[in-house]
Amino acid sequence: MSSDALTTSEYIKHHLSNLTYGRFAEGHEHAGHWGFAHNAADAKAMGFMAIHVDTMFWSIFLGALFLLLFARVARNASTGVPGAMQNFVELLVEFVDGIVKGTFNGRNAMVAPMALTIFVWVFLINAMDLIPVDWIPQVAAMAGTTFFGMDPHHVYFKVVPSTDPNATFGMSLAVFVLMLYYSIRIKGVGGFLGELTLHPFSSHNKILQLVFIPINFLLEFVALLAKPLSLSLRLYGNMFAGEMIFILIALMYGGGVALGLFGGMLQLGWAIFHILIITLEAFIFMTLTVVYMDLAHQTGEH
Amino acid sequence: MNINLTLIGQSITFFVFVWFCYKYVWPPLVNALDERTRKIADGLAAAERGKHEKELAEERAKEILREAKNQAGEIISRADKRAAEIVDEAKQEARAEGGRLKIAAQSEIDQEVNRAKEDLRGRVVAIALAGAGKVLEREIDENTHAELLNRLAAEI
Repeated sequence: MSSDALTTSEYIKHHLSNLTYGRFAEGHEHAGHWGFAHNAADAKAMGFMAIHVDTMFWSIFLGALFLLLFARVARNASTGVPGAMQNFVELLVEFVDGIVKGTFNGRNAMVAPMALTIFVWVFLINAMDLIPVDWIPQVAAMAGTTFFGMDPHHVYFKVVPSTDPNATFGMSLAVFVLMLYYSIRIKGVGGFLGELTLHPFSSHNKILQLVFIPINFLLEFVALLAKPLSLSLRLYGNMFAGEMIFILIALMYGGGVALGLFGGMLQLGWAIFHILIITLEAFIFMTLTVVYMDLAHQTGEH
Repeated sequence: MNINLTLIGQSITFFVFVWFCYKYVWPPLVNALDERTRKIADGLAAAERGKHEKELAEERAKEILREAKNQAGEIISRADKRAAEIVDEAKQEARAEGGRLKIAAQSEIDQEVNRAKEDLRGRVVAIALAGAGKVLEREIDENTHAELLNRLAAEI
C-alpha cells in the first residue's frame, strides 16, 4: 500500500489517475489558472485543455531511449561481424522487415520503419507494467513533496502510458490519419469514396445502385472507424486489465505476512505471464498497422 | 480516464518518432544488412570458385604426374635398350679387335718364322758349304760350282 492513510478504493483510484496539468475549471479556487490537478474531480473538470504529464513523459522518454539507442547502433553499423548490440538491433529489424515484406504489398519505404517504431515503442511502454506498481509513483510522490511542496496524495503518477486511452488512441489516430492519407493519395479521392460507397453491394442497375450507396457507406464507414478504434482499445484494454491485476495483487501486501507472501508469488506469476502479453500486444499493434497500411495501398479490387 | 490534449500530444510524438526512425534508424541498418548479405554471398561464391579451381588443379597435377611416370618409364626402357646396344657394340668391337690383333700376331709370327727359316737356310748353306768345302777343298772350285750350290741351297 502506498500509504496507510488510504483506503483500498482510494489506493486503486490513486493508481488509476494521471498526473494532469491543465487549466482549472470555473468554480475551482484557482479557476482560469494552469496547474496540476489535485484530484480526479479537478482533472475531469479541466476537460480537453489538459495534458497527462506522466503519460507524455514516459512515452517520450521511452521512445527517445529506443530511437537514440537504435540511431547510435545504426550510425556505427558495420557490415562486418556485428557486436552484441548491433546483433540485437538487427534481429529486430529483420523480424519487422520480414513481417512487413510478407504483409505489405505496396510500395512505401515509410511502413517498415513505422512498424519497427511501433513494435519497440509499444513494447517498452507496456514493459513499464512489469515494474512493481508502487515504485515509481512513490518516488514521484517523494519528489513532489520534497521539491514542490505538494501533498503526497495529490501527486498522481501513472507509469504505463498504454493504460491511458489518450496514448493508445493518440497512436491509433495517427495510424488512421496515415491510412486516410495514403488511401486518398494512392486511390484518389474518387477511388477512396468509391471504396466506401460501391462495396460490398453493387449493381449494374443505376437506381438500385443509388439505393445501395448509403447502405454501403454505412457499412464501410463503420468498418473504417472500427480499425483505429479496435487497434487502440485492444491495447488499452489489455494493458489496463493487466495493470489492474498488479494493483489488486499489490493490495495483498497490506494484509499480513501470509497474504503478502502469497501476493508476492502471484505478482511473480502474473509478471511472467505479462511478459507474453506485452510482447503480443506490441506485435499485434504493429501487425495490424501494417495490414491497414496494406489495405490503404490496395488498388486492384475496386 | 479523460480524453484531453494528451491525445494530440501522443499523435504528434508518434509522427515525430516514426519520422526519426524512417530518417535515421532504418536506412543505415537495412543498408548494413544488405551489404553484409552481399558480402556473404560474394564470399560463398569465391569459396565455391576456389574449391572448383582446387579440383581442377588437382586434376591437372594428377595428369602431369601420370605423364611424368610414363615418360620416366619410357626413358628407362630406352636407356636399357641403349645399354644393351652399347654392350653388344663393345663386344663386337672387342671381338673384331681381338681378331685383328690375332691376325697381326699371326703375320708377325709368320714373318719371324720366315726370317728364322731364311736365317736357318743361310746358315745351313754356310755350314754345308763349310762342310763341303772342307771335304772338297781341293777338288771343288768355289767359282765353278757356285751355280750348283745355289740351286741346292734354294731347294733346302
